[in-house]
Amino acid sequence: MKYLDEFRDPVFAKTLSENIHKVTTRPWTIMEICGGQTHSIVKSGLENLLPSSLSIVHGPGCPVCVTPLEMIEKAIIIARKPNVIFTSFGDMLRVPGSTSDLLTVKANGGDVRIVYSPLDAVTIAEKNPDKEVVFFAVGFETTAPANAMAVWQAHKKNLKNFSILCSHVLVPPAMEALLSSSTNRVQGFLAAGHVCTVMGYEEYIPLAKKYNVPIVVTGFEPTDILHGILMLVTQLEEGRCELENQYSRMVKKEGNIPAQQMIFNVFEISNRKWRGIGEIPKSGYSLKKEFMHFDAEEKFSLGIVTVEESPLCIAGNILRGLNKPFECSAFGNQCTPESPLGAPMVSSEGACAAYYNYKRQNVAASGSGLVNKKH
Amino acid sequence: MANDISQGLSCPVPMNDYPTIVLAHGGGGKLTHQLIERVFKKHFSNPDLDLMHDGAMVTVDAGRIAMSTDSYVVSPIIFPGGNIGELAVNGTVNDIAMCGAQPKYLSASFIIEEGLSMAELETIVASMALSAKKAGVSIVTGDTKVVPRGKADKVFITTSGVGTIPEGRSIHPSRIKAGDAIIISGTIGDHGMAVMSVREGLEFESEIRSDTCALNGLVEEMYRVSPEIHFLRDPTRGGVASTMNEIAASAQKGIRLYEKSIPANENVRSACEILGFDPLYVANEGKLIAIVSSSESAKVLSAMKKHPAGTESAIIGEVTDDHPSVVVLQTAIGGERVVDMISGEQLPRIC
Amino acid sequence: MCLAIPGRIEFIDAASNPKMAKVNFGGIIKNVCLDFLPEAGMHDYVLVHVGVALTKVDEKEALETIELFKQMGDALDELKEGDPA
Repeated sequence: MKYLDEFRDPVFAKTLSENIHKVTTRPWTIMEICGGQTHSIVKSGLENLLPSSLSIVHGPGCPVCVTPLEMIEKAIIIARKPNVIFTSFGDMLRVPGSTSDLLTVKANGGDVRIVYSPLDAVTIAEKNPDKEVVFFAVGFETTAPANAMAVWQAHKKNLKNFSILCSHVLVPPAMEALLSSSTNRVQGFLAAGHVCTVMGYEEYIPLAKKYNVPIVVTGFEPTDILHGILMLVTQLEEGRCELENQYSRMVKKEGNIPAQQMIFNVFEISNRKWRGIGEIPKSGYSLKKEFMHFDAEEKFSLGIVTVEESPLCIAGNILRGLNKPFECSAFGNQCTPESPLGAPMVSSEGACAAYYNYKRQNVAASGSGLVNKKH
Repeated sequence: MANDISQGLSCPVPMNDYPTIVLAHGGGGKLTHQLIERVFKKHFSNPDLDLMHDGAMVTVDAGRIAMSTDSYVVSPIIFPGGNIGELAVNGTVNDIAMCGAQPKYLSASFIIEEGLSMAELETIVASMALSAKKAGVSIVTGDTKVVPRGKADKVFITTSGVGTIPEGRSIHPSRIKAGDAIIISGTIGDHGMAVMSVREGLEFESEIRSDTCALNGLVEEMYRVSPEIHFLRDPTRGGVASTMNEIAASAQKGIRLYEKSIPANENVRSACEILGFDPLYVANEGKLIAIVSSSESAKVLSAMKKHPAGTESAIIGEVTDDHPSVVVLQTAIGGERVVDMISGEQLPRIC
Repeated sequence: MCLAIPGRIEFIDAASNPKMAKVNFGGIIKNVCLDFLPEAGMHDYVLVHVGVALTKVDEKEALETIELFKQMGDALDELKEGDPA
């Protein structure tokens, strides 16, 4: 595919890898915020191409991982209701709540449907006027324009049977929460290119300044990520702390203004709880007052749902890069990808799940010279 | 007058030509008989089946036989490039062929949800007959049950089959040796993505077609050039990744795959990009993986490429004594990763 | 966090609201909302996430990035040629 294949060229990857090896003289800890980039790193096996002195920390940028347990629980409560069609992106269906998940609700007769786009959920609402159609609106800034558009369309079409369960989160406040922690180890960030296609990158400039940390807006193809790492390490080695844009073919400084306008037509900034991290001020979107009738929490009068994370889980420390997954007492015992206790074991790209597979590989491959991975 | 009475006794007059399957089609009475005559026997007819006995009595060569059974459920039942009937015949034919056997006879059992249109059923049965003919097998016995609406999803088909294993052939994990070549018979992911393209809520327009086809002819061609075929599997559910993991575990060997050698159609790759799928985990219904001694691999590969079911065959990896039971992929970009078993089916991702 | 793929606009339904287009992703055609890219036209490449086009691919920038990768490779090659080992 055009604009993908060119950025998967093994010759370019080798060039970039050699350059990274050349510029790296010291150990550095860098974080890719975005789960999509984590996926690309894992899928392409990029860590084998990096110097062992570079420590790549997988950040909290996976909407599946960070959606708080209470929201999963609320989704399950709504999806179990007899007159509801509950719609969601596919990857949310497997995320465990405290006792169940959406796939199990579906198995027990709940009408749970996977949609490709939130606009499809609006169409389902139009076609099923006698049913309540709820969309699980999770995601970062990238997904916000689509979710806002869905609410906007429902509003314009005067649909009374459509609502969203909103759990939107924002990248810069999460980065700031990590950076302002006294235990922060992260020395440089790959910022999420697709978030920046919507929001631009101006809000990262003060972060780089305030915390003396280089930030490189980076794309998702393997050579994009290697290029982003090269730019980041170069800055670190030269003692620079600037905002740079690796993903210039997609990201403009100001982002996509009409998309931002749509977001702020419908949403306002609010406090949000992140699974594994806790509440971060002003780190998410909620529906504005005038759109409250599209809020599923209001519509179904859910009130406060309290659920406890497993006390064994140290996900917060892992997402901050403070602990390695194998330092957790539950790792690989009570907590596995099949029955996860915490966020980073949920998604296949979560740090714990990645380690779980790595451990398997390490044991199996010991002595073979196969493994040259580190986290 | 007598006529009137008899009509009155059996009132209401039973219909003869139902446009859809009703419960009575599975009741064992007239309608069942009619369904068998007008649909199943019409298409499957052969001397062994036409006896209409409780079971089929058939003759095979003396020696070892292979048996297999599989149930087929797919939604929708008719998809680009095929339907559930073709899957049911080709699937069991292939399972037998993967034993190094020559498939001979099949049974076919139908669980039909009432309300299935007669036309759809006949389309499915007709393509089963055609697939059986192409594969050179006979459907010699069968069964039909009808269940109330909502108790099944249109139609479920179970096929079983037997085949004979010619002297000198042996498919066993213990024959898999370090250095053996891993060959695939063509592009991956076509079936899974063809079905996905018509799945409600995720539809897209494309030219992707299911690859469903019988592989017994291809297997015969491979054996014609070499006896050194150590293992055969068809990577159906769970795709190439799951099959390779199963092979690695049963043989206690490591497997190395080369991503850039694994053939896939561009539109299948693209569909996987959009939905966030890994084509290594997507189902195939007309492909086989062969593990062949390295000295014979070129000969086997060239024979496969000449067969219509294997034109895009390729060597995609090798067996190693390193990392037993682990499958490692050398990625196209030059990295390495472990290819694990998947838990559950792939779901479209947003991240 | 966000799976987004570039594709080529093949048809724009001017009458639709929101504005919808058919976008071709390497042989796969999907309906995509074009409302946030008023400047996008036929045959433009756009980056699509969950059925919504978010940005127009800047071809000039893409080519410049590729050119940069090539130059880096050439520089490495020269270095290696100059290396007696």
